[in-house]
Amino acid sequence: MVASWFETREDALLTMRVELTPNGWVDDMIDSLNRIAAMTARYYYILRSSWLRLLEIIYWPAMQMLVWGFLYTYLYNSKSTMADTAALLLGAVLLWDVLFRGQLGFTFTFLEEIWSRNLANLMMSPLKPAELAASLMLMSLIRLLIGTIPVTLLTLVLFGFNIYALGPGLILMFINLVLTSWAIGLVIAGLVIRQGLGAESLAFSVMIILLPLCCVYYPLEALPAWLQPVAWSLAPTYVFEGMRATLLDGVFRADLLIEGFSLNLLYLALGFTAFIFLMDSARHRGGLLTMGE
Amino acid sequence: MSCIEQFLPGKRVVTAATNTSVTSTPENIDDAPAIAVENLCKKYRSHWAVDEVNFIVPKGWTVGLLGGNGAGKTTTIAMILGLVVPTVGRAMVLGTDMAKDRHKVLSRMNFESPYVALPGRLTVRENLTVFGRLYGVPNLKARIEELIEDFGLGDVLDRLTGRLSAGQKTRVAVAKALINEPDVLLLDEPTASLDPDRAEWVRSRLQAYQKRRGATILLSSHNMTEVEQLCDFVVIMSRGRIIAMGRPLELTERFQCKDLDEVFIHLARVA
Repeated sequence: MVASWFETREDALLTMRVELTPNGWVDDMIDSLNRIAAMTARYYYILRSSWLRLLEIIYWPAMQMLVWGFLYTYLYNSKSTMADTAALLLGAVLLWDVLFRGQLGFTFTFLEEIWSRNLANLMMSPLKPAELAASLMLMSLIRLLIGTIPVTLLTLVLFGFNIYALGPGLILMFINLVLTSWAIGLVIAGLVIRQGLGAESLAFSVMIILLPLCCVYYPLEALPAWLQPVAWSLAPTYVFEGMRATLLDGVFRADLLIEGFSLNLLYLALGFTAFIFLMDSARHRGGLLTMGE
Repeated sequence: MSCIEQFLPGKRVVTAATNTSVTSTPENIDDAPAIAVENLCKKYRSHWAVDEVNFIVPKGWTVGLLGGNGAGKTTTIAMILGLVVPTVGRAMVLGTDMAKDRHKVLSRMNFESPYVALPGRLTVRENLTVFGRLYGVPNLKARIEELIEDFGLGDVLDRLTGRLSAGQKTRVAVAKALINEPDVLLLDEPTASLDPDRAEWVRSRLQAYQKRRGATILLSSHNMTEVEQLCDFVVIMSRGRIIAMGRPLELTERFQCKDLDEVFIHLARVA
Protein backbone atom coordinates (compact mmCIF):
# COMPACT_ATOMS: atom_id res chain seq x y z
CA MET A 1 0.00 0.00 0.00
CA VAL A 2 2.83 2.36 0.93
CA ALA A 3 4.66 1.41 -2.27
CA SER A 4 1.53 2.06 -4.29
CA TRP A 5 1.06 5.47 -2.65
CA PHE A 6 4.68 6.33 -3.39
CA GLU A 7 4.41 5.16 -7.03
CA THR A 8 1.33 7.32 -7.55
CA ARG A 9 2.99 10.40 -6.08
CA GLU A 10 6.21 9.69 -7.93
CA ASP A 11 4.38 9.29 -11.22
CA ALA A 12 2.55 12.55 -10.65
CA LEU A 13 5.81 14.31 -9.86
CA LEU A 14 7.63 13.01 -12.90
CA THR A 15 4.88 13.73 -15.36
CA MET A 16 4.15 17.11 -13.84
CA ARG A 17 4.43 20.01 -16.27
CA VAL A 18 4.49 23.65 -15.47
CA GLU A 19 1.17 24.72 -16.90
CA LEU A 20 1.20 28.51 -16.82
CA THR A 21 0.32 30.32 -20.02
CA PRO A 22 2.28 33.54 -20.20
CA ASN A 23 3.93 34.83 -23.37
CA GLY A 24 7.38 35.42 -24.77
CA TRP A 25 10.49 34.66 -22.82
CA VAL A 26 8.57 33.41 -19.80
CA ASP A 27 6.93 30.84 -22.07
CA ASP A 28 10.35 29.85 -23.42
CA MET A 29 11.72 29.57 -19.92
CA ILE A 30 8.88 27.31 -18.84
CA ASP A 31 9.47 25.10 -21.88
CA SER A 32 13.16 25.02 -20.97
CA LEU A 33 12.41 24.01 -17.38
CA ASN A 34 10.10 21.27 -18.60
CA ARG A 35 12.83 19.88 -20.84
CA ILE A 36 15.37 20.00 -18.00
CA ALA A 37 12.83 18.17 -15.82
CA ALA A 38 12.35 15.59 -18.58
CA MET A 39 16.08 14.92 -18.73
CA THR A 40 16.32 14.74 -14.95
CA ALA A 41 13.47 12.20 -14.99
CA ARG A 42 15.37 10.24 -17.63
CA TYR A 43 18.47 10.05 -15.38
CA TYR A 44 16.33 9.24 -12.36
CA TYR A 45 14.80 6.32 -14.28
CA ILE A 46 18.31 4.98 -14.96
CA LEU A 47 19.29 5.28 -11.31
CA ARG A 48 16.19 3.54 -10.01
CA SER A 49 16.44 0.79 -12.63
CA SER A 50 19.43 -0.73 -10.82
CA TRP A 51 20.11 -0.81 -7.10
CA LEU A 52 23.72 -1.65 -7.96
CA ARG A 53 24.11 1.72 -9.64
CA LEU A 54 22.69 3.43 -6.60
CA LEU A 55 24.98 1.44 -4.34
CA GLU A 56 27.97 2.33 -6.48
CA ILE A 57 27.41 6.03 -5.83
CA ILE A 58 27.81 5.42 -2.10
CA TYR A 59 30.30 2.54 -2.28
CA TRP A 60 33.46 4.34 -3.45
CA PRO A 61 33.22 7.36 -1.13
CA ALA A 62 32.39 5.03 1.76
CA MET A 63 35.39 2.78 1.10
CA GLN A 64 37.69 5.75 0.77
CA MET A 65 36.32 7.20 3.96
CA LEU A 66 36.91 3.96 5.85
CA VAL A 67 40.58 3.87 4.85
CA TRP A 68 41.22 7.50 5.75
CA GLY A 69 39.01 7.28 8.80
CA PHE A 70 41.13 4.49 10.30
CA LEU A 71 44.27 6.49 9.56
CA TYR A 72 42.65 9.48 11.25
CA THR A 73 41.88 7.35 14.31
CA TYR A 74 45.43 6.02 14.41
CA LEU A 75 47.00 9.47 14.15
CA TYR A 76 44.54 10.99 16.59
CA ASN A 77 45.36 8.37 19.21
CA SER A 78 49.10 8.38 18.59
CA LYS A 79 49.53 11.52 20.71
CA SER A 80 52.23 12.66 18.32
CA THR A 81 52.39 15.99 16.54
CA MET A 82 50.62 14.27 13.69
CA ALA A 83 47.47 14.16 15.77
CA ASP A 84 46.75 17.79 14.89
CA THR A 85 46.81 17.09 11.22
CA ALA A 86 44.50 14.08 11.42
CA ALA A 87 41.34 16.19 11.26
CA LEU A 88 42.78 18.19 8.37
CA LEU A 89 43.38 14.99 6.51
CA LEU A 90 39.87 13.72 6.93
CA GLY A 91 38.31 17.09 6.10
CA ALA A 92 40.46 17.26 2.97
CA VAL A 93 39.39 13.76 1.90
CA LEU A 94 35.72 14.63 2.30
CA LEU A 95 36.01 17.88 0.36
CA TRP A 96 38.19 16.34 -2.34
CA ASP A 97 35.50 13.72 -2.78
CA VAL A 98 32.94 16.47 -3.39
CA LEU A 99 35.13 17.83 -6.18
CA PHE A 100 35.98 14.44 -7.69
CA ARG A 101 32.52 12.85 -7.40
CA GLY A 102 30.83 16.03 -8.61
CA GLN A 103 32.80 15.86 -11.85
CA LEU A 104 32.35 12.09 -12.16
CA GLY A 105 28.59 12.45 -11.60
CA PHE A 106 28.37 15.09 -14.33
CA THR A 107 30.54 13.22 -16.82
CA PHE A 108 29.13 9.73 -16.20
CA THR A 109 25.59 10.98 -16.56
CA PHE A 110 26.59 12.47 -19.89
CA LEU A 111 28.45 9.33 -20.95
CA GLU A 112 25.21 7.37 -20.42
CA GLU A 113 23.91 9.16 -23.52
CA ILE A 114 26.94 8.13 -25.53
CA TRP A 115 26.98 4.52 -24.33
CA SER A 116 23.27 4.12 -25.08
CA ARG A 117 23.72 5.84 -28.50
CA ASN A 118 21.00 8.26 -27.54
CA LEU A 119 22.85 11.54 -28.09
CA ALA A 120 21.55 11.92 -31.65
CA ASN A 121 17.97 11.49 -30.42
CA LEU A 122 18.54 14.29 -27.92
CA MET A 123 20.32 16.56 -30.36
CA MET A 124 17.46 16.35 -32.86
CA SER A 125 14.88 16.99 -30.16
CA PRO A 126 14.06 20.53 -28.98
CA LEU A 127 16.52 20.08 -26.09
CA LYS A 128 19.09 22.89 -26.17
CA PRO A 129 22.74 22.42 -25.19
CA ALA A 130 22.28 24.72 -22.18
CA GLU A 131 19.33 22.61 -21.01
CA LEU A 132 21.36 19.42 -21.40
CA ALA A 133 24.14 21.03 -19.37
CA ALA A 134 21.66 22.17 -16.70
CA SER A 135 20.18 18.69 -16.36
CA LEU A 136 23.66 17.18 -16.07
CA MET A 137 24.48 19.69 -13.33
CA LEU A 138 21.30 18.88 -11.48
CA MET A 139 21.98 15.17 -11.71
CA SER A 140 25.58 15.63 -10.61
CA LEU A 141 24.28 17.45 -7.53
CA ILE A 142 21.73 14.72 -6.78
CA ARG A 143 24.35 11.97 -7.14
CA LEU A 144 26.73 13.96 -4.98
CA LEU A 145 24.19 14.37 -2.20
CA ILE A 146 23.28 10.67 -2.36
CA GLY A 147 26.98 9.79 -2.09
CA THR A 148 28.32 12.31 0.40
CA ILE A 149 25.60 12.81 3.00
CA PRO A 150 25.60 9.16 4.18
CA VAL A 151 29.40 9.15 4.14
CA THR A 152 29.71 12.28 6.28
CA LEU A 153 27.25 10.77 8.74
CA LEU A 154 29.22 7.53 8.69
CA THR A 155 32.39 9.48 9.47
CA LEU A 156 30.67 11.14 12.39
CA VAL A 157 29.36 7.86 13.80
CA LEU A 158 32.43 5.70 13.22
CA PHE A 159 35.27 8.14 13.76
CA GLY A 160 33.71 11.04 15.64
CA PHE A 161 34.77 13.49 12.94
CA ASN A 162 32.13 16.12 12.28
CA ILE A 163 32.64 17.89 8.96
CA TYR A 164 29.57 19.99 9.74
CA ALA A 165 31.68 21.67 12.45
CA LEU A 166 32.98 23.80 9.60
CA GLY A 167 29.65 25.61 9.97
CA PRO A 168 27.93 27.67 7.27
CA GLY A 169 31.32 28.00 5.56
CA LEU A 170 30.97 24.34 4.60
CA ILE A 171 28.07 25.24 2.32
CA LEU A 172 30.21 27.84 0.56
CA MET A 173 33.06 25.35 0.24
CA PHE A 174 30.65 22.76 -1.14
CA ILE A 175 29.21 25.21 -3.69
CA ASN A 176 32.69 26.25 -4.79
CA LEU A 177 33.84 22.69 -5.32
CA VAL A 178 30.66 21.71 -7.13
CA LEU A 179 31.00 24.68 -9.50
CA THR A 180 34.58 23.66 -10.32
CA SER A 181 33.47 20.06 -10.92
CA TRP A 182 30.75 21.26 -13.33
CA ALA A 183 33.15 23.50 -15.24
CA ILE A 184 35.56 20.60 -15.74
CA GLY A 185 32.66 18.23 -16.53
CA LEU A 186 31.45 20.60 -19.26
CA VAL A 187 34.86 20.62 -20.94
CA ILE A 188 35.17 16.83 -20.76
CA ALA A 189 31.65 16.33 -22.15
CA GLY A 190 32.48 18.74 -24.97
CA LEU A 191 35.68 16.85 -25.75
CA VAL A 192 33.81 13.53 -25.83
CA ILE A 193 31.27 15.04 -28.25
CA ARG A 194 34.09 16.41 -30.39
CA GLN A 195 36.54 13.52 -30.25
CA GLY A 196 34.24 10.56 -29.60
CA LEU A 197 34.62 7.82 -27.02
CA GLY A 198 38.41 8.02 -27.29
CA ALA A 199 38.16 10.96 -24.92
CA GLU A 200 36.13 9.17 -22.26
CA SER A 201 39.22 8.29 -20.22
CA LEU A 202 39.47 12.01 -19.46
CA ALA A 203 36.50 11.51 -17.16
CA PHE A 204 38.76 9.64 -14.75
CA SER A 205 42.10 11.31 -15.35
CA VAL A 206 41.63 15.08 -15.64
CA MET A 207 40.75 15.69 -12.02
CA ILE A 208 43.87 13.89 -10.81
CA ILE A 209 45.98 16.70 -12.31
CA LEU A 210 44.36 19.03 -9.82
CA LEU A 211 45.15 16.85 -6.82
CA PRO A 212 48.78 17.95 -6.38
CA LEU A 213 48.19 21.49 -7.64
CA CYS A 214 45.23 22.61 -5.56
CA CYS A 215 46.88 21.68 -2.25
CA VAL A 216 44.30 19.23 -0.98
CA TYR A 217 46.40 17.58 1.72
CA TYR A 218 49.08 20.21 2.40
CA PRO A 219 49.27 24.00 2.68
CA LEU A 220 50.13 26.12 -0.30
CA GLU A 221 53.57 26.90 1.15
CA ALA A 222 54.51 23.27 0.58
CA LEU A 223 54.63 23.93 -3.15
CA PRO A 224 57.74 25.39 -4.81
CA ALA A 225 57.51 29.14 -5.27
CA TRP A 226 57.18 28.92 -9.05
CA LEU A 227 54.16 26.59 -8.72
CA GLN A 228 52.28 28.69 -6.19
CA PRO A 229 50.80 31.15 -8.73
CA VAL A 230 49.49 28.14 -10.65
CA ALA A 231 47.85 26.86 -7.48
CA TRP A 232 46.28 30.27 -6.81
CA SER A 233 44.77 30.20 -10.29
CA LEU A 234 42.80 27.11 -9.29
CA ALA A 235 39.54 27.73 -7.43
CA PRO A 236 39.73 24.58 -5.23
CA THR A 237 43.00 25.86 -3.71
CA TYR A 238 41.02 28.64 -2.03
CA VAL A 239 38.59 26.11 -0.59
CA PHE A 240 41.27 23.84 0.86
CA GLU A 241 43.20 26.81 2.26
CA GLY A 242 39.93 28.05 3.75
CA MET A 243 39.26 24.65 5.28
CA ARG A 244 42.70 24.57 6.92
CA ALA A 245 42.21 28.08 8.29
CA THR A 246 38.91 27.01 9.88
CA LEU A 247 40.07 23.69 11.29
CA LEU A 248 43.54 24.77 12.45
CA ASP A 249 43.05 28.38 13.52
CA GLY A 250 39.28 28.53 13.95
CA VAL A 251 39.16 31.42 11.47
CA PHE A 252 36.53 31.57 8.75
CA ARG A 253 38.22 33.03 5.67
CA ALA A 254 35.30 34.43 3.71
CA ASP A 255 37.74 36.33 1.50
CA LEU A 256 39.25 33.08 0.23
CA LEU A 257 35.87 31.58 -0.55
CA ILE A 258 34.68 34.71 -2.35
CA GLU A 259 37.84 34.76 -4.45
CA GLY A 260 37.35 31.09 -5.23
CA PHE A 261 33.73 31.74 -6.11
CA SER A 262 34.71 34.53 -8.52
CA LEU A 263 37.20 32.22 -10.18
CA ASN A 264 34.54 29.53 -10.40
CA LEU A 265 32.13 31.84 -12.19
CA LEU A 266 34.87 32.47 -14.72
CA TYR A 267 35.57 28.72 -15.00
CA LEU A 268 31.92 27.95 -15.50
CA ALA A 269 31.61 30.56 -18.24
CA LEU A 270 34.72 29.18 -19.94
CA GLY A 271 33.52 25.59 -19.48
CA PHE A 272 30.15 26.35 -21.02
CA THR A 273 31.73 28.25 -23.90
CA ALA A 274 34.03 25.28 -24.56
CA PHE A 275 31.06 22.89 -24.40
CA ILE A 276 29.11 24.91 -26.98
CA PHE A 277 32.18 25.41 -29.17
CA LEU A 278 33.08 21.70 -29.14
CA MET A 279 29.48 20.68 -29.84
CA ASP A 280 29.35 23.09 -32.75
CA SER A 281 32.64 21.71 -33.99
CA ALA A 282 31.17 18.17 -33.82
CA ARG A 283 28.24 19.36 -35.94
CA HIS A 284 30.73 20.54 -38.54
CA ARG A 285 32.65 17.27 -38.40
CA GLY A 286 29.47 15.22 -38.64
CA GLY A 287 30.04 13.02 -35.62
CA LEU A 288 26.77 13.48 -33.74
CA LEU A 289 24.67 10.99 -35.70
CA THR A 290 27.02 8.07 -35.17
CA MET A 291 28.22 8.99 -31.69
CA GLY A 292 28.71 5.89 -29.55
CA GLU A 293 29.10 3.45 -32.41
CA MET B 1 7.67 20.55 -65.89
CA SER B 2 8.12 18.19 -62.96
CA CYS B 3 5.56 17.93 -60.21
CA ILE B 4 7.89 19.81 -57.88
CA GLU B 5 7.96 22.71 -60.30
CA GLN B 6 4.19 22.64 -60.38
CA PHE B 7 4.12 23.00 -56.63
CA LEU B 8 5.76 26.38 -56.67
CA PRO B 9 4.36 28.23 -59.67
CA GLY B 10 6.28 31.34 -60.59
CA LYS B 11 9.39 30.27 -58.71
CA ARG B 12 12.37 28.96 -60.55
CA VAL B 13 12.78 25.47 -59.28
CA VAL B 14 14.67 23.14 -61.52
CA THR B 15 15.30 19.49 -60.88
CA ALA B 16 18.68 18.46 -59.62
CA ALA B 17 19.34 16.58 -62.84
CA THR B 18 20.24 19.94 -64.33
CA ASN B 19 22.12 20.91 -61.19
CA THR B 20 20.55 24.28 -60.63
CA SER B 21 19.08 25.33 -57.40
CA VAL B 22 15.97 26.52 -55.67
CA THR B 23 16.38 30.25 -56.07
CA SER B 24 13.50 31.59 -54.05
CA THR B 25 12.67 30.90 -50.44
CA PRO B 26 9.31 32.29 -49.37
CA GLU B 27 9.38 34.78 -46.52
CA ASN B 28 6.26 33.49 -44.84
CA ILE B 29 6.84 30.23 -43.00
CA ASP B 30 3.40 28.96 -43.98
CA ASP B 31 4.21 29.41 -47.65
CA ALA B 32 7.49 27.59 -47.40
CA PRO B 33 7.86 24.02 -48.60
CA ALA B 34 8.29 21.59 -45.76
CA ILE B 35 11.87 20.86 -46.78
CA ALA B 36 14.07 22.82 -49.18
CA VAL B 37 17.59 21.62 -49.81
CA GLU B 38 19.59 24.21 -51.67
CA ASN B 39 22.97 23.53 -53.26
CA LEU B 40 23.79 21.32 -50.31
CA CYS B 41 27.40 20.13 -50.02
CA LYS B 42 29.32 18.41 -47.27
CA LYS B 43 33.03 17.81 -47.42
CA TYR B 44 34.85 15.51 -45.00
CA ARG B 45 38.56 16.17 -45.42
CA SER B 46 39.08 15.71 -49.16
CA HIS B 47 35.89 13.72 -49.78
CA TRP B 48 32.61 15.30 -50.83
CA ALA B 49 29.98 13.17 -49.07
CA VAL B 50 27.19 15.35 -50.49
CA ASP B 51 27.76 17.40 -53.60
CA GLU B 52 25.39 20.09 -54.86
CA VAL B 53 22.14 18.47 -53.86
CA ASN B 54 18.93 20.37 -54.54
CA PHE B 55 15.37 19.29 -53.94
CA ILE B 56 12.26 20.46 -52.21
CA VAL B 57 9.57 18.51 -50.44
CA PRO B 58 6.16 20.18 -50.56
CA LYS B 59 4.03 20.05 -47.45
CA GLY B 60 2.03 16.86 -47.14
CA TRP B 61 4.21 14.86 -49.52
CA THR B 62 6.10 11.68 -48.89
CA VAL B 63 9.45 11.71 -50.66
CA GLY B 64 11.85 8.80 -50.86
CA LEU B 65 15.59 9.35 -50.71
CA LEU B 66 17.24 6.39 -52.40
CA GLY B 67 20.79 5.36 -53.03
CA GLY B 68 23.35 2.67 -52.36
CA ASN B 69 25.67 2.61 -49.38
CA GLY B 70 27.76 5.78 -49.25
CA ALA B 71 25.41 7.64 -51.58
CA GLY B 72 25.10 10.51 -49.09
CA LYS B 73 21.53 9.88 -47.90
CA THR B 74 22.31 9.78 -44.19
CA THR B 75 24.52 12.87 -44.38
CA THR B 76 21.76 14.69 -46.27
CA ILE B 77 19.20 13.70 -43.63
CA ALA B 78 21.61 14.71 -40.86
CA MET B 79 21.97 18.16 -42.47
CA ILE B 80 18.19 18.46 -42.76
CA LEU B 81 17.98 17.66 -39.04
CA GLY B 82 20.69 20.22 -38.26
CA LEU B 83 22.97 17.56 -36.78
CA VAL B 84 25.57 18.24 -39.44
CA VAL B 85 26.45 21.70 -40.72
CA PRO B 86 26.76 21.90 -44.52
CA THR B 87 30.07 22.96 -46.03
CA VAL B 88 28.15 24.86 -48.69
CA GLY B 89 24.44 25.48 -49.23
CA ARG B 90 21.63 25.09 -46.77
CA ALA B 91 18.84 22.82 -45.64
CA MET B 92 15.58 24.60 -44.81
CA VAL B 93 12.76 23.01 -42.86
CA LEU B 94 9.46 24.89 -42.61
CA GLY B 95 11.32 28.01 -43.71
CA THR B 96 14.07 27.70 -41.11
CA ASP B 97 17.75 27.30 -41.87
CA MET B 98 18.66 24.18 -39.92
CA ALA B 99 22.33 25.06 -39.56
CA LYS B 100 21.45 28.31 -37.81
CA ASP B 101 18.03 28.21 -36.17
CA ARG B 102 17.07 24.55 -35.91
CA HIS B 103 15.58 24.95 -32.41
CA LYS B 104 12.76 27.02 -33.90
CA VAL B 105 11.31 24.00 -35.67
CA LEU B 106 12.66 20.90 -33.93
CA SER B 107 9.50 20.52 -31.87
CA ARG B 108 7.56 20.15 -35.16
CA MET B 109 9.90 17.46 -36.50
CA ASN B 110 10.93 13.98 -35.56
CA PHE B 111 13.23 11.24 -36.77
CA GLU B 112 13.45 7.48 -36.66
CA SER B 113 16.28 5.20 -37.60
CA PRO B 114 17.12 1.68 -36.47
CA TYR B 115 20.71 2.92 -36.26
CA VAL B 116 19.94 5.48 -33.55
CA ALA B 117 18.92 3.66 -30.40
CA LEU B 118 16.54 4.64 -27.66
CA PRO B 119 17.96 4.31 -24.14
CA GLY B 120 17.98 0.58 -23.47
CA ARG B 121 17.86 0.84 -19.69
CA LEU B 122 14.56 2.70 -19.72
CA THR B 123 11.25 0.94 -20.13
CA VAL B 124 9.13 1.70 -23.18
CA ARG B 125 6.78 3.80 -21.05
CA GLU B 126 9.68 5.77 -19.56
CA ASN B 127 11.18 6.43 -22.99
CA LEU B 128 7.89 7.66 -24.38
CA THR B 129 7.39 9.84 -21.29
CA VAL B 130 10.84 11.40 -21.52
CA PHE B 131 10.65 12.12 -25.24
CA GLY B 132 7.06 13.32 -24.95
CA ARG B 133 8.17 15.84 -22.36
CA LEU B 134 11.23 16.87 -24.38
CA TYR B 135 8.93 17.62 -27.31
CA GLY B 136 6.47 19.45 -25.05
CA VAL B 137 3.56 17.17 -25.92
CA PRO B 138 0.35 18.36 -24.27
CA ASN B 139 -1.82 15.69 -22.58
CA LEU B 140 1.11 13.34 -22.70
CA LYS B 141 -0.56 10.44 -20.91
CA ALA B 142 -3.42 10.41 -23.40
CA ARG B 143 -0.98 10.62 -26.32
CA ILE B 144 1.05 7.71 -24.97
CA GLU B 145 -2.16 5.67 -24.59
CA GLU B 146 -3.00 6.41 -28.24
CA LEU B 147 0.42 5.24 -29.36
CA ILE B 148 0.20 2.11 -27.23
CA GLU B 149 -3.04 1.25 -28.97
CA ASP B 150 -1.86 2.20 -32.47
CA PHE B 151 1.40 0.29 -32.24
CA GLY B 152 0.29 -2.60 -30.05
CA LEU B 153 2.80 -1.74 -27.34
CA GLY B 154 0.67 -2.81 -24.39
CA ASP B 155 2.59 -6.04 -23.83
CA VAL B 156 6.03 -4.40 -23.84
CA LEU B 157 5.21 -1.14 -22.13
CA ASP B 158 6.94 -1.91 -18.85
CA ARG B 159 9.82 -3.88 -20.32
CA LEU B 160 13.31 -2.44 -20.73
CA THR B 161 13.70 -1.14 -24.27
CA GLY B 162 17.13 -2.73 -24.58
CA ARG B 163 15.67 -6.19 -24.02
CA LEU B 164 13.11 -6.00 -26.82
CA SER B 165 13.45 -7.80 -30.14
CA ALA B 166 14.60 -5.78 -33.15
CA GLY B 167 11.03 -5.64 -34.44
CA GLN B 168 9.65 -4.45 -31.12
CA LYS B 169 12.38 -1.81 -30.88
CA THR B 170 11.43 -0.51 -34.31
CA ARG B 171 7.79 -0.23 -33.29
CA VAL B 172 8.78 1.70 -30.17
CA ALA B 173 11.12 3.94 -32.19
CA VAL B 174 8.36 4.73 -34.70
CA ALA B 175 5.98 5.45 -31.80
CA LYS B 176 8.59 7.82 -30.36
CA ALA B 177 8.94 9.47 -33.77
CA LEU B 178 5.20 10.16 -33.83
CA ILE B 179 4.83 11.22 -30.20
CA ASN B 180 4.77 14.93 -30.98
CA GLU B 181 2.61 14.44 -34.10
CA PRO B 182 5.35 16.00 -36.22
CA ASP B 183 4.66 18.10 -39.30
CA VAL B 184 7.91 16.84 -40.78
CA LEU B 185 9.00 13.27 -40.23
CA LEU B 186 12.36 11.91 -41.32
CA LEU B 187 12.72 8.16 -41.51
CA ASP B 188 15.95 6.31 -42.17
CA GLU B 189 15.12 2.77 -43.31
CA PRO B 190 12.18 2.55 -40.91
CA THR B 191 11.37 -1.09 -41.60
CA ALA B 192 14.93 -2.39 -42.03
CA SER B 193 14.75 -4.89 -39.18
CA LEU B 194 11.13 -6.00 -39.53
CA ASP B 195 9.67 -9.13 -41.08
CA PRO B 196 7.49 -8.45 -44.16
CA ASP B 197 4.25 -8.68 -42.19
CA ARG B 198 5.37 -6.24 -39.49
CA ALA B 199 6.97 -3.98 -42.08
CA GLU B 200 3.67 -3.78 -43.93
CA TRP B 201 1.90 -3.06 -40.67
CA VAL B 202 4.28 -0.20 -39.82
CA ARG B 203 3.92 1.21 -43.36
CA SER B 204 0.16 1.22 -43.00
CA ARG B 205 0.49 3.10 -39.70
CA LEU B 206 2.78 5.67 -41.28
CA GLN B 207 0.40 6.10 -44.20
CA ALA B 208 -2.54 6.52 -41.86
CA TYR B 209 -0.63 9.10 -39.83
CA GLN B 210 0.44 10.98 -42.95
CA LYS B 211 -3.14 11.13 -44.23
CA ARG B 212 -4.61 12.12 -40.88
CA ARG B 213 -2.12 14.91 -40.15
CA GLY B 214 -1.13 15.91 -43.67
CA ALA B 215 2.44 15.44 -42.50
CA THR B 216 5.49 15.59 -44.72
CA ILE B 217 7.70 12.52 -44.77
CA LEU B 218 11.24 12.17 -46.09
CA LEU B 219 12.10 8.52 -46.19
CA SER B 220 15.38 6.81 -46.86
CA SER B 221 15.04 3.15 -47.78
CA HIS B 222 16.52 0.29 -49.71
CA ASN B 223 13.14 -1.38 -49.93
CA MET B 224 11.72 -0.38 -53.33
CA THR B 225 8.32 -1.91 -52.66
CA GLU B 226 8.10 0.30 -49.60
CA VAL B 227 9.13 3.35 -51.60
CA GLU B 228 6.59 2.61 -54.35
CA GLN B 229 3.89 2.12 -51.76
CA LEU B 230 4.60 5.19 -49.62
CA CYS B 231 6.28 7.82 -51.76
CA ASP B 232 4.80 10.48 -54.03
CA PHE B 233 8.22 11.38 -55.30
CA VAL B 234 11.66 9.81 -55.35
CA VAL B 235 15.15 11.30 -55.24
CA ILE B 236 17.95 8.90 -56.18
CA MET B 237 21.50 9.66 -55.05
CA SER B 238 24.85 8.20 -55.92
CA ARG B 239 28.27 9.29 -54.66
CA GLY B 240 26.83 12.36 -53.01
CA ARG B 241 24.93 13.63 -56.04
CA ILE B 242 21.37 13.36 -57.24
CA ILE B 243 21.29 11.24 -60.36
CA ALA B 244 17.53 11.08 -60.90
CA MET B 245 14.28 12.27 -59.42
CA GLY B 246 10.61 11.99 -60.23
CA ARG B 247 7.45 10.13 -59.39
CA PRO B 248 8.02 6.36 -59.11
CA LEU B 249 5.96 5.73 -62.24
CA GLU B 250 7.73 8.50 -64.16
CA LEU B 251 11.09 6.97 -63.31
CA THR B 252 10.13 3.48 -64.42
CA GLU B 253 8.84 4.91 -67.71
CA ARG B 254 11.83 7.17 -68.23
CA PHE B 255 14.33 4.38 -67.75
CA GLN B 256 12.11 1.76 -69.38
CA CYS B 257 12.18 -0.51 -66.38
CA LYS B 258 9.38 -2.65 -65.01
CA ASP B 259 9.68 -1.36 -61.45
CA LEU B 260 11.70 0.91 -59.16
CA ASP B 261 13.97 -1.97 -58.19
CA GLU B 262 15.16 -2.19 -61.78
CA VAL B 263 15.55 1.58 -62.00
CA PHE B 264 17.69 1.54 -58.88
CA ILE B 265 19.91 -1.28 -60.17
CA HIS B 266 20.18 0.33 -63.60
CA LEU B 267 21.19 3.70 -62.15
CA ALA B 268 23.58 2.14 -59.65
CA ARG B 269 25.42 0.38 -62.48
CA VAL B 270 25.45 3.44 -64.74
CA ALA B 271 26.63 5.68 -61.92
